[in-house]
Amino acid sequence: MSQGPSQHLPTVGKSVPRADGTPKVIGTARYVDDLPAMPGELHGATVRSPVPRGILKSIRFDPNFDWSDITIVTAEDVPLNTVALIAEDQPVLAARHINHAYEPIVLLACADKRRVLLAKNAVSLDIEALPTVLDVHESLKNTHTVWGTDNIQKRYLITKGRADTEDSVSAIDAVLAECEVRVSGSYSSHHQEQLYIEPQGVVAWWDESGVHATGSLQCPFYVHKAFLKTFGEQPSRIHITQAVTGGGFGGKEEYPSIIALHAALLSKKSGKPVRMIYDRKEDIEATTKRHPAFCEIETGCDKDGKLRAIKMRVLMDGGAYLTLTPVVLSRGALHASGAYEWEHARIEALALATNTPPNGAFRGFGAPQTIWAIERHIDKVAAVLGMDPLELKRKNILKLGSVTATGQVLHTSVAGVECLEKARAVSEYDRRRKAYSEKQGRIARGIGAAVFMHGAGFTGSGERYLKGKAAVDLLPGGRLRIRTASTDIGQGTETVFRQIVSDAAQVPLSDVDFAVPCTTHVPDSGPTVASRTVMVVGSIVEAAAREVGDRVRKEQQASGGTFAEAADRLLAREGEVTSLLQYSPPSYIQWDDQHYRGDAYPCFAWACFIAEVEVDRETFEVTVTNFWSATDVGRAINPTQCRGQIEGGALQAIGWALFEELVWDKGIIKNPRMTNYIVPTALDAPPFHTVLVEEPFSFGPGGGAKGIGELPMDGGAPAVAAAVEHALGIPMDDLPLTPERLFARSASGAQT
Amino acid sequence: MNLTLTINGTVHHVEASPTARLLDVLRGPLGLTGSKEGCGEGECGACTVLLDGDPVNACLVLVGQCEGRSILTVEGLAHGQTLSPLQQAFVGHGGAQCGICTPGMLISAHAYEKSTKSLVTLRESIAGNICRCTGYQRIVDSITQAEHEDRVQTFGTVGS
Repeated sequence: MSQGPSQHLPTVGKSVPRADGTPKVIGTARYVDDLPAMPGELHGATVRSPVPRGILKSIRFDPNFDWSDITIVTAEDVPLNTVALIAEDQPVLAARHINHAYEPIVLLACADKRRVLLAKNAVSLDIEALPTVLDVHESLKNTHTVWGTDNIQKRYLITKGRADTEDSVSAIDAVLAECEVRVSGSYSSHHQEQLYIEPQGVVAWWDESGVHATGSLQCPFYVHKAFLKTFGEQPSRIHITQAVTGGGFGGKEEYPSIIALHAALLSKKSGKPVRMIYDRKEDIEATTKRHPAFCEIETGCDKDGKLRAIKMRVLMDGGAYLTLTPVVLSRGALHASGAYEWEHARIEALALATNTPPNGAFRGFGAPQTIWAIERHIDKVAAVLGMDPLELKRKNILKLGSVTATGQVLHTSVAGVECLEKARAVSEYDRRRKAYSEKQGRIARGIGAAVFMHGAGFTGSGERYLKGKAAVDLLPGGRLRIRTASTDIGQGTETVFRQIVSDAAQVPLSDVDFAVPCTTHVPDSGPTVASRTVMVVGSIVEAAAREVGDRVRKEQQASGGTFAEAADRLLAREGEVTSLLQYSPPSYIQWDDQHYRGDAYPCFAWACFIAEVEVDRETFEVTVTNFWSATDVGRAINPTQCRGQIEGGALQAIGWALFEELVWDKGIIKNPRMTNYIVPTALDAPPFHTVLVEEPFSFGPGGGAKGIGELPMDGGAPAVAAAVEHALGIPMDDLPLTPERLFARSASGAQT
Repeated sequence: MNLTLTINGTVHHVEASPTARLLDVLRGPLGLTGSKEGCGEGECGACTVLLDGDPVNACLVLVGQCEGRSILTVEGLAHGQTLSPLQQAFVGHGGAQCGICTPGMLISAHAYEKSTKSLVTLRESIAGNICRCTGYQRIVDSITQAEHEDRVQTFGTVGS
């Protein structure tokens, strides 16, 4: 029963149970592959290039195979052969030029799942191989041009202080030359597979109302946009629906457009619904991954550790097509100088094309790569100075009133120091650091820390251009329904949005519904990315709920009755009671896109992660024995889910640091299986000791929530590496830290 | 061929090739889509079911091996409309996020609860179930919480 405002018990700040929890624990939640087969449904499959670069001469279909029940789609069948995203460089199906291994060339569909796999084997491709470019250093030389005119997919330059001049290189070099202590280093990071446990999948069909696709995806309107471009259909004839989604982490941001286009092409040609579900091997091989990055850093500081100047160059491997690389690179560049204040900075970031599958969105979105580099570098500076690294970080951390590398003055919600001190205290960092610095036996212990921040929401003017929308509807009986394109992919959107609405409208949590994100029925809230769902879309939902709640209460005050009765009267009179609102970013945000200067983000979330490890000095196995963190989330709307985000993100970062490694051989992935691409199990995961810090952001919902989806991915790897370095006394500048690599480094370190 | 399987306490007769994977028979003709396929090679554990009480990967078991045997899937964990303490704890304590690993994870946790615990630790018992969302801490906490609830229910007091 709906209650009036006086009886409402706040739900924000409480760990209410997951709204979508029950169907998930009883097995009735319908993920895409659980959806019942549609009448006449076919299974789709993809024939892909076995080589990383070449010219497709011909496609041969084995004349001895019975093709009578097989639907075949090639580039010729694609109405407009481009995947709509930032650029239009990526074809839906390769027609002539092949730019990476696993590039899709032929689509097949058949009612019999086994026959479609046999059909795949009956297709052979005649490809004339071309020379390949497989890493950023080769790509930069431009010996072979594989993208545009110079292989450079995007370049940014950020300058500050004396480097903010025409000849920024000479200027920053001059500043560095004046510094008392100069330290330089290079730091590399590698591919990472998102490895959501549910592989990519979609079901697509055509009917009199147009084209439909239901699938495992983060951003229904991305798929909508891709269909609009490729099929040229009217927007109202494209219906994209999210099925319950088994994890995304960015991997289901842009890629679902491709698999959905493929299924819809097969469906269009066959006239039947088509189900396309990747198996794990195909998913690992063909879909996007985290961009590898190579960072060179030179810094100058005073003898007492006061940081002065930074010169940094970031090279990111974009892969064969642009996808979201410019945005990933941007976020990487904007986080490259870390959580520290520099008087003078020159940060140059380049994304380069290679003949590898396109890299794309993955939680952190470029920031984990540059934060890896800067955190490792600051630890190196501390070693040169003979200072404790955490003390050096404490001395230079950005505070209220500090100015970032883009010239952003931090005037609200800054909690770096608080996070650092809390994590330091709860982990007993100082005591352990000292104790583990003593001479050790076969099992060496170490402890290390990373301090970092992550901008929430789209960069700069992004939210202003995006104009994200969300709606709250009044339903009979005083219930409310949230309509948004922000999807729950496990992170808890449905639960947290319900809490926000419940408090804003002052209705019980059980009276709030969450509409299935379908482009036909929900407004475009912008994509489910960039740590923006709670902070940005949540604040729209909050305002809309407040508006609807107020209208009902006004009616209640005017004519009496309960909230539910007033709601019914209002609905009877007006037919529809809805608040559809559009996001307006805080007015103080000023951003110069041309010079990459100004307020990069409305605010940052902050954290300090501290890892403790044991390293077996004979086998070089690393065990993370404890993991402490203090994370500023602004306001924890659901503390349990907040902790789940932080710990899950931290473990992905630990996996990236210690276990996960894609092994490449001439552009081909040698370990595209869960048997040999190793992610952490419960036994590999440390006990997490998670402290939530709440430094509210006044524009955030629920009393100041900030985005924290990506932040936890940023600090895990450098914290673990710092701990391993502490234990072994060997520099850890390159990921991953697998036993084989640690052994090699130890052996070469012993020789020098 | 016609096979007889006891699934979640009910006897089923199912027409299937004995070489079909148990997972496909569960998800297909039996309509039990709670068990998921994450890798198809016994690595992710999303398809974990109990076969005569022992956890197995349903993607690696041929249905012919299950003739006359008992299988427990996630659909068999609730007591009618009431969630088991383990299921309740996963909903309330962050054990489930995206939920795709949850059915297999719950089955392994259930097997752990029924096992002679001195032989295997909680983390060992769920080491065959990969979760990419939680970092496992909330899962471990949920299982521990359920054990606690179980004790309260069984003994009517908060045990130590």
